[in-house]
Amino acid sequence: MSHIRARSAHFHFKPYNVGRWFLWGLYALVLVVAPLLWTSGLAQTMLTQIGIGIIACLAYNLLLGQGGMLSFGHAVYSGLGAYLAIHTLNLVSSGQLPLPVSLVPLVGGLAGLAFAALFGFVSTKKAGTPFAMITLGLGELIWSMSLMLPEFFGGEGGISGNRVVGPPVLGISFGPQIQVYYLIAVYCFICTAALFALTRTPLGRMLNAVRDNPERVEFVGYDTRWVRFLAFMISGFFAGIAGGLAALNFEIVTAEVVGAARSGAYLLFTFLGGATFFFGPILGAVLMVVALVLLSELTKAWLLYLGLVFLFMVMYAPGGFSSLIMMNLRVAAYGRLRKLWTSYLALFGTGLTMLAGAAVMIEMLYFLQLDAAMGGEMRLLGVSLNTAGVDAWAGAAFVLLVGAGLFELTRRQFKLEWDEAQEQIEKEIKRKEETL
Amino acid sequence: MDQFLINLLNGLSSGLLLFMLSSGLTLIFSMMGVLNFAHASFYMLGAFVAYTLSQWLGFWPALLLAPLVVGVVGAGFERFALRRVHKFGPVPELLITFGLSYVMLELVQLIWGRTAVPFGPPAALQGSAFTLVQSAANGLSLVLGDAPAQLCAAAMCSKFPLTRAFVMLVSLLMLVALWALLTRTRVGLVIQAALTHPEMVEALGHNVPAVMMLVFGSGCALAALAGVIGGITFVTEPSMAVIVGSIIFVVVVVGGVGSLAGAFVGSILIGLLQTLPLTVDGSLASWLTGLGVKVSEQTFGYPILKLSLVQVTPILPYLLMVLILIFRPKGLLGTRED
Repeated sequence: MSHIRARSAHFHFKPYNVGRWFLWGLYALVLVVAPLLWTSGLAQTMLTQIGIGIIACLAYNLLLGQGGMLSFGHAVYSGLGAYLAIHTLNLVSSGQLPLPVSLVPLVGGLAGLAFAALFGFVSTKKAGTPFAMITLGLGELIWSMSLMLPEFFGGEGGISGNRVVGPPVLGISFGPQIQVYYLIAVYCFICTAALFALTRTPLGRMLNAVRDNPERVEFVGYDTRWVRFLAFMISGFFAGIAGGLAALNFEIVTAEVVGAARSGAYLLFTFLGGATFFFGPILGAVLMVVALVLLSELTKAWLLYLGLVFLFMVMYAPGGFSSLIMMNLRVAAYGRLRKLWTSYLALFGTGLTMLAGAAVMIEMLYFLQLDAAMGGEMRLLGVSLNTAGVDAWAGAAFVLLVGAGLFELTRRQFKLEWDEAQEQIEKEIKRKEETL
Repeated sequence: MDQFLINLLNGLSSGLLLFMLSSGLTLIFSMMGVLNFAHASFYMLGAFVAYTLSQWLGFWPALLLAPLVVGVVGAGFERFALRRVHKFGPVPELLITFGLSYVMLELVQLIWGRTAVPFGPPAALQGSAFTLVQSAANGLSLVLGDAPAQLCAAAMCSKFPLTRAFVMLVSLLMLVALWALLTRTRVGLVIQAALTHPEMVEALGHNVPAVMMLVFGSGCALAALAGVIGGITFVTEPSMAVIVGSIIFVVVVVGGVGSLAGAFVGSILIGLLQTLPLTVDGSLASWLTGLGVKVSEQTFGYPILKLSLVQVTPILPYLLMVLILIFRPKGLLGTRED
């Protein structure tokens, strides 16, 4: 595909993009400083996982957000990458392979690339819904195989390894968690930059075009399948790197890394973070680790809450949290947030009331389902509730109903104000365009 | 031989059960362009609702009422959630059903618990439909119902459970009813027309969104019906959605996306593929040894070669899907090229 591009004859002044340098500098700074601010063991484990999650979610979003390809089996590539990385690590520690430990994640990436090339050849023949079905089937295929081939997948116990190999180089042995964190942070920054750069290349642009209007892309002379296939392989490569880093971090890989639950988590949190903006998956990865580590400790019903949040997000804000942020930034940039903040306050207040009522009922139901044998008393956020009596139920239902009623009222008011603000902004933009 | 026959029938019955699921999925997909990711969740919900209803009303009313209840739930979901995201395009539509599958699994676990519930067949469906008796003296013979114990003491008895026969009966009845509804009634004609030309049908004064709601609700009701009879045949537990969930997508891809006849062929094929290999005890290694090739633990790829066919059975449907995609990407009876 050779194209002769007509170069514009006149000189084009391109200002130094200060905002972009600032944002990337801030990103690097956060990656460097975060473990120095939060020094507890839990915080550092979480930060490491967030770093891994960011790469995985960004790789996933190359398919979902940039290419419009909904994959239900992306854990296959990160998982197989993790397996090959841990096998490589074991080869390294047994002295059979001279490879620095810091490059082991790259082996995972190459494995992800190879498997993505193999399976992508089949799955990218289709786009849209059939693509989604095929990735689901391929995910199940690998998952079932992981139970059949204990030699490679390690069966129930998984494959374990040891990342401390040989004498420390420049004082780095990868024994302490903080050293692994910085390795992951470096990988995370490079991968983020590489994936962002990809969106600026012709391939990245064609991928967006394939997402938006495949028919027209074919008319222009590109092979949509080939574009999808390339994107799929690149995504598999980065997912494999994430898997390799996870293998280094946990020093054990079990079959669940290729399972449907992991694939589902990538999809869910990438979407929640926001697939339409590049930084959305980064938010998603933070949410993922917070939900998987903290929320699952806090309540047994976390998957239900997560599912409900996801449903409402799909229905009311299909751009995820990042689109909510960007929309409010736009409102703020045009100085209209001042008028909206009282409505926001009312929305949060009533929403919280509604949520409290619903959460109490859900928690009580779970309590009855799981721990009722320990007596009717349960403790929720320091409050003692009697699940056997009517009082707690009636109270929770009352709170829920009142909250829901008030929320609906404030929501209507908010929608009016929001629509008006948006209309004003549109007018403003149009006026500016006309004066240019 | 007798065991092979029984397995053939078992495969047919699970294939027909799969068809009850995949037909609804296909109808919904070809009409609305929505792949209902939560289809298997409606299957699970049907089993649990029927379990509760059967405690109050008995099994037979539950068999009728549970699909209706689940159908209404499905129609409500279409009306209040799915229709809202329709304007955002196909990916959010798929995502919302994906989210629904999470929520439904959690809700079912919240209400009925995380373990299996004791949902067994009613007295009329317990026991065997017939027994194949393989005796040395009389050869193969067939006894309706359970064979007497002294007969089985002297010969090989293979039983075919009544619930399996019931699965076949219900799904065949449903197949005929679906065919009659689609081709012989006015509503069916409108549905068929709306599959290809929704704007034209709307212009002729039919309420296409209502028809879509009906189709979605009926698809969910079919899944629930399959859930009720699947629940009494197998185990009624929250994980039953995951077990069939990915298989029905394989069925749809193999048969051809959007083709009802393809869904039928695909279901039977997959049903047989899941049960027939169970009778064969052999592996690639034993086959190669039979051909005269020496296979030992040192042979390259021995971990794969030594797998018996029984062990490989769970992945056969997925392998079939991959093969179909390579050699016939539109599926066995599919017409769509994309």
